[in-house]
Amino acid sequence: MEKIFQKLSISSATLVFVILIGIFITLFIAAKPAIDEFGFDFIVNPDWNKEVVVEITDTQIAVEDLSDQGNEIIDEDDMEITDEDDIIEDEDEVMFDEDEEGTLTTTIYGGLVPIVGTLLTTLIALAFALPIAMGIAVFLAEIAPKNISHIVGIAIELLAAIPSIIFGMWGLYYFAPIVADLVGGYQVSLLTAGLVLGVMILPFMAAITRDSMNTTPGVLKESAYALGATKFEVIKDIIFPYSRTGIIGSIILALGRALGETMAVAFLIGSIFVLPSAINDPTISIPVAMANNFGEASGLGESALFYLALILFVISFAVISIAKFYFLKKAH
Amino acid sequence: MTQMIKIALASTVLLTSLNAGEIIKGSGASFPYSVYQKWLKAYNKESGVRVDYIKKGSSKGIKDAKARAVDFAGTDKPLSPKVLRKNGLLQFPGVVGAITMGYNVPGVDGLKLSRSAIVAIADGSITHWDDALIAKENANVKLPHEKLTFVHRADGSGTTYNFTYYLSKVSKKWRKSFGAKKSLSWPGDHHIGGKTNSGVAALLKQTEYSVGYIDYADAKNNDITMATVENREGNFIVPTLKSFQTAAAKASLDPKKDFYAVIADPKGAESYPMVAATFILIPSEKAKTNKDVTKFIDWCYVNGQDIAMGLGFVPLPDSLTAKIRAYWDAKGIK
Repeated sequence: MEKIFQKLSISSATLVFVILIGIFITLFIAAKPAIDEFGFDFIVNPDWNKEVVVEITDTQIAVEDLSDQGNEIIDEDDMEITDEDDIIEDEDEVMFDEDEEGTLTTTIYGGLVPIVGTLLTTLIALAFALPIAMGIAVFLAEIAPKNISHIVGIAIELLAAIPSIIFGMWGLYYFAPIVADLVGGYQVSLLTAGLVLGVMILPFMAAITRDSMNTTPGVLKESAYALGATKFEVIKDIIFPYSRTGIIGSIILALGRALGETMAVAFLIGSIFVLPSAINDPTISIPVAMANNFGEASGLGESALFYLALILFVISFAVISIAKFYFLKKAH
Repeated sequence: MTQMIKIALASTVLLTSLNAGEIIKGSGASFPYSVYQKWLKAYNKESGVRVDYIKKGSSKGIKDAKARAVDFAGTDKPLSPKVLRKNGLLQFPGVVGAITMGYNVPGVDGLKLSRSAIVAIADGSITHWDDALIAKENANVKLPHEKLTFVHRADGSGTTYNFTYYLSKVSKKWRKSFGAKKSLSWPGDHHIGGKTNSGVAALLKQTEYSVGYIDYADAKNNDITMATVENREGNFIVPTLKSFQTAAAKASLDPKKDFYAVIADPKGAESYPMVAATFILIPSEKAKTNKDVTKFIDWCYVNGQDIAMGLGFVPLPDSLTAKIRAYWDAKGIK
């Protein structure tokens, strides 16, 4: 029995690793064509789905002919998929001009705009939610009477249970006009998306921080009070240092959610592939780009989306591990 | 205990296998989804046959049809006869819809948009409402000097494909630089994207001095003001079911070419220009299920007209449905 139990728990733990590595490999394979095509320039290129005219010289044609012969079957399938985006010919109109014969267009994809959009929305959300979440947690853990703390605690947990689509609809119909009235500009923007995202991650941060604050031993607090510390001093010098690990944990969890949030942001960010020049400009984030374009994507476009997914995976992984190793090490 | 589990398992397997024989599975374009959804419900009530249609987008619908994952697929972009033959697919139109130019400019009613104005709005070259291109056709309206916001679909969609196809037909410049696509990165710096047609509708309603393309059904349901649009003959046509029908009747959909044509910008003095047909793909080798599918579609052509019109779509004209029936007959799938 003991052995079976041990084996079971070991296999559960390895399963997580297997899934994680499996996802990474799948993403990498699906993104491979885009990685080969664009390389690391993808990360700094702000043009998404842009047609670029390629002048073909004779040597290039010769090279292409050669490679065509080599992998004819694969190429044929590819052609067909790219075909789907082409204009079909009409009987009463010639769709292409003669002077286009010498030119060929290719579509290029760059991920800079969604990458910047993702990081900025997360930053805004964090900047908005962090102080409020700390305030809520301190109030609930230390200041509020028991029954009030109980009620507010339930309200916060309920907030965490609201599906993100509801935040999206609420944000679009009620919150966005208010934001636009206050700061001007478009209703759907980086700011609107970031603020709603902040409201969404608020309950996670508040609830976990409160719980970790509650673990502060009563003896510590009482000794501080006995030495004449004020409530503020106790919170600042005893509770915060003691529950530091838990607070950082809550920030990491919230970060993870903010980086990957899709549905609510999709309604609120404006979804255009343009770098924002002000905080109330519309732009796009990685999950939104994927959700919006996956249904109709094919060929290189689909692969570019997988490339974005891979980047998001790496960003989340990097942000969370940096936070974990750096802050937690400091805390101990 | 085990006995009970076995019985339960056996009965679920039995039930699903019984059901499976009667379900017609479809997937694809989201543009006609609302119509198909109501049609299949009405058909189910009438005949007891269950039809499922999942909206995944045209591209995924085409993929499903090629992979034989479904009994029929919806697509807004027709496939050429060559591609159809290669993949063993048959194609015919399902329903016709229309795209309108919705706008929100306080104090402006009955806005008229010429062909060149629509292209200039889409490519971002019109920045303010009192631009000469718009003002030219609206002499009796006082246009404000306000910044114009162009609202478009953020997600890939058949609506965008049909709108950009129309733009490509109207403007050579557009055709050269953008073409017809299900999603594109829009030019200019004063546009915003809404997710789904409802998202576009919400943005149009809430953003003053905005204009955008949206399907007729969503524009009507959301009380969005629709512009009168110049057609091929230079007449300004109000978007109504009647003008859509006139346009659909002029469309040249030829059974010899598997109805391969996009019907945007049709001829006719009274035709509304921004109309779009959406198509159905079926695998040619599944004769039995195909007969079930065509029976369902045929029922919809005959009995689904009111449903389609209620949702802002145009039922296919009788002359066309007769051609489609002949096409089915010729392919032995009627």
